[in-house]
Amino acid sequence: MNTSNLLQLTLLIPVLALVGIQLTARWENVREAISLIAASTLFFTVTQLYQPMLDGQVIAAYWLDVLPGLALSFRVEPLGLMFALVASFLWIITTLYAIGYMRGHGEKNQARFFSLFAVSIGAVMGIAFAENLFTLFIFYEVLTLCTYPLVTHAGTDKARAGGRVYLGILLGTSVGFFLLAIIATWLLAGTLSFTEGGVFSPGTSLTLLSVLLVLFVFGVGKAAIMPFHRWLPAAMVAPTPVSALLHAVAVVKAGVFVLLKICLLIFGIDTLKTIPATEWLLYLAGVSILLASIIALRQQNLKKRLAYSTVSQLGYITLGALLATSAGMTGSALHIVMHAFGKITLFFCAGAILVAAHKTEVHQLRGLGRQMPVTMTAFLVASLCIIGIPPTGGTWSKWYLMLGTFEAQQWILMGLLMISSLLSIAYLLPIPLRAFFSRGDQDVEVTGAPDAAATSAIKEAPLPSLIALGITAAGCIYLLLFPDAFYQLIKAGI
Amino acid sequence: MLAHLPILQVILPLMAAPSCLLIRKATLVWLFTLAVSIAALVVSVLLLQQVYATGPITYELGGWKAPWGIEYRIDLLNAWVLFIVTALSSVVLSAAHTSVQKELEPTKQTVFYALYLLCFAGLLGIVATGDAFNVFVFLEISSLSTYALIALGKDRRALWAAFQYLIMGTIGATFILIGIGFLYMMTGTLNMADLAARIPPLSESTTVLAAFAFIFVGICLKLALFPLHLWLPNAYSCAPSIVTAFLAATATKVALYLLLRFTFTVFGVDFSLSHLPLDTLLIGLGLVGVFAASIVAIYQANIKRMLAFSSVAQIGYMVVGIGIGTATALQATLLHLFNHALMKGGLFLALAGLVYQLGGCRIEHFRGLGRTMPWTMAAIVVGGISLIGMPLTVGFVSKWYLIAAAIEQQFWGVAVLVILGSLLAVAYIWKLVEAAYFQAPEINDGATAKREAPLGILLPAWLLIAANIYFGIDTRLPVEVSAAASQFLLGGGAQ
Repeated sequence: MNTSNLLQLTLLIPVLALVGIQLTARWENVREAISLIAASTLFFTVTQLYQPMLDGQVIAAYWLDVLPGLALSFRVEPLGLMFALVASFLWIITTLYAIGYMRGHGEKNQARFFSLFAVSIGAVMGIAFAENLFTLFIFYEVLTLCTYPLVTHAGTDKARAGGRVYLGILLGTSVGFFLLAIIATWLLAGTLSFTEGGVFSPGTSLTLLSVLLVLFVFGVGKAAIMPFHRWLPAAMVAPTPVSALLHAVAVVKAGVFVLLKICLLIFGIDTLKTIPATEWLLYLAGVSILLASIIALRQQNLKKRLAYSTVSQLGYITLGALLATSAGMTGSALHIVMHAFGKITLFFCAGAILVAAHKTEVHQLRGLGRQMPVTMTAFLVASLCIIGIPPTGGTWSKWYLMLGTFEAQQWILMGLLMISSLLSIAYLLPIPLRAFFSRGDQDVEVTGAPDAAATSAIKEAPLPSLIALGITAAGCIYLLLFPDAFYQLIKAGI
Repeated sequence: MLAHLPILQVILPLMAAPSCLLIRKATLVWLFTLAVSIAALVVSVLLLQQVYATGPITYELGGWKAPWGIEYRIDLLNAWVLFIVTALSSVVLSAAHTSVQKELEPTKQTVFYALYLLCFAGLLGIVATGDAFNVFVFLEISSLSTYALIALGKDRRALWAAFQYLIMGTIGATFILIGIGFLYMMTGTLNMADLAARIPPLSESTTVLAAFAFIFVGICLKLALFPLHLWLPNAYSCAPSIVTAFLAATATKVALYLLLRFTFTVFGVDFSLSHLPLDTLLIGLGLVGVFAASIVAIYQANIKRMLAFSSVAQIGYMVVGIGIGTATALQATLLHLFNHALMKGGLFLALAGLVYQLGGCRIEHFRGLGRTMPWTMAAIVVGGISLIGMPLTVGFVSKWYLIAAAIEQQFWGVAVLVILGSLLAVAYIWKLVEAAYFQAPEINDGATAKREAPLGILLPAWLLIAANIYFGIDTRLPVEVSAAASQFLLGGGAQ
């Protein structure tokens, strides 16, 4: 099969999965088998694009002109392929996990859940392979709209309130700023295609470019830069697999990926350096990193804490992209991968704890390491990956990000990154450590005797979920030793 | 035969209207009306093709030469509007039988179709004619039949709404008549092309200015441009559902056409936009209209009323396009003319299905609708998304052009306000979504069972909703026609 068809197949598979799941909605085993097959096929298809890409083949597909000059078209470029690889691989794992979780937790409307999941991944593929900003924007909005029912899956008042914030901020920023910036770019540069070195002609007014950059950075609300980060904690009302794949990987990474791509291929590194607003936005990203870490420290709800940690880590990626140095960009791109593996594992663990032990708060987790050793070990490994210390892949991305601040001689930002790393140690590591080394006594005191009996009866989460979180945790370690596959892509892309 | 198309377009429904009374049996009358509407659609398609290929067509009534006799003149602009009106009317009519049977007493049904055809003929006449006085005549035909159509609403408030519209509409029509009278006094002609040639030398004259002012305000009343919109929400919410869908999809479009015709063709761009500060006025009123009407829409409990206010807001967008006055902006207006007809036509038809099943369309009726009427609700959601202007729907296309036009002219503030306005649409549409999908159905008669709207209404509604998506992806037809029409408006005038 030629590569262009392969590329289009990545968009088609999720749609087929949607149809398949809807048709077999009654038989849950068949339905879930379809999900798994679709996910595996998708990942396989994406991997088939890897070698031709590195060989320098142009892999592109053109669908139609929606408006004159504005085409719905796709082209594989290294960073997009990297993002697609991560998202499609983690879709397999998440599906596996979700099967255990959704059944274990007795969730309703599972067919709707799995079909929308497939559509979301389709939208992510569209974002990853979009040839121009216009196509990208379309899939960006599709992703927002089709994740809304996932976020509000529970259908409760709380879910509805969360959904409101989610949709309000994501639609508000994307229509309010992003669309405006895209149209302005179109009128200014005459093209929306991602071009190496940027699309703006050298003479373009720097003030105008500053305005555009600000509009882009705020407009891509999925990157969750403060003050437009509130949707992410709000989205935590969703079932855990959604939080795991979408709000640790697909949606948020789509955000930072778009930013990275805009910095690299719409502005271009050289232009980006000269824009006055870059400096300010760098500090904004820095503040976002720091504040989110501090807020994370104060969160008692485990998923909320993880959400704020995500906001903070997304700040790293944005910051790396805005540094406009090759090390910074590399760090950014690598962190998309590393954080994806780390954070998805953490969410898997949070979900496993919820299903097996019905606990959601951080203080309830003391001593849980004895009942759920696998889960807690995975939690420990993933925490290390987020913090960025060996033996995990997170080391690499943090290393390059530091190097980036060094190259750009941003000493304050360098300090900021260090402080924030310390903070991330403080908000993540105590959880697994206390789970292993402190006793569960206090928990019994707080919640009373009946719960003590329940505590001793806690077992590990359902097997599919356990396998899933084992794989992603192993992935964190694997990426320390073999980051090369991704590194090659990033090198080709930057 | 082909040479007589311009007059056939109007005369066909006009002659058919009284014939309805001869047929009498409701189903037959409906089929007859539908056939007439489809015939009119065929005529308009032929006209559009002909105009697109060979340029404007003129037709002299009774063989009298142009400045003396009445002339029909079809150019790309009115061919486009004729197509929109006939197409939307045909789709709406196809749903009419089911809805009218339920909402109107049997004795009134024949009259309904006769009035409908009269109104239809009036609207087509306004668009097709090239004679200023003829415009007034057809305006009265369509208005009078509209008042009666609105008064057919089963609620007694419909009478009050119709009366209110009668007063406002008559003021508007009188203003237009006074304006036309002034113009006749100054130029001695009623033919639009002739007027366009004779007005420029007189542009300093106070009488011509007064004429323009009267005509402008008169049209804006019919258009329901903020702040002259007060009749519209009542009229829309009290009229029978089919009438609402028909009026929302066609009547305001025709009024907007008149505004374009008078400002650009009759008075000319130089007079209206350069000589007078009309551009600022239109942009200002349009934007205020967008915000005021959208905000009011959020607080409406009657959903027909909510969408009526939303219509006022959408009219604001179209008027902003006229105010900016560049080729791109006019294209945005012409696109939105078509797109808004598709959105509102689809949405109001879906509401007709709701009224059919539940007897009303207040926000309470929406509770749990996602479960009980999934297809109707899905239509409303897709239509709403198009109204908001999400990509891959028609709403996005017109918004793209409008924002681009504003940025081209460096009107950054306008661009930002247009965008903010569309976010307000999210607020009122999502109110429906939340009610439909997050609240339990009202417990009356075992309401959890599915009771989807009848196919007779659902299919036409979905046809329009599907068109929202189709023309949002394959935009060639509306974009090409509107581009050519806006070039024509700015470049050629009436020559």
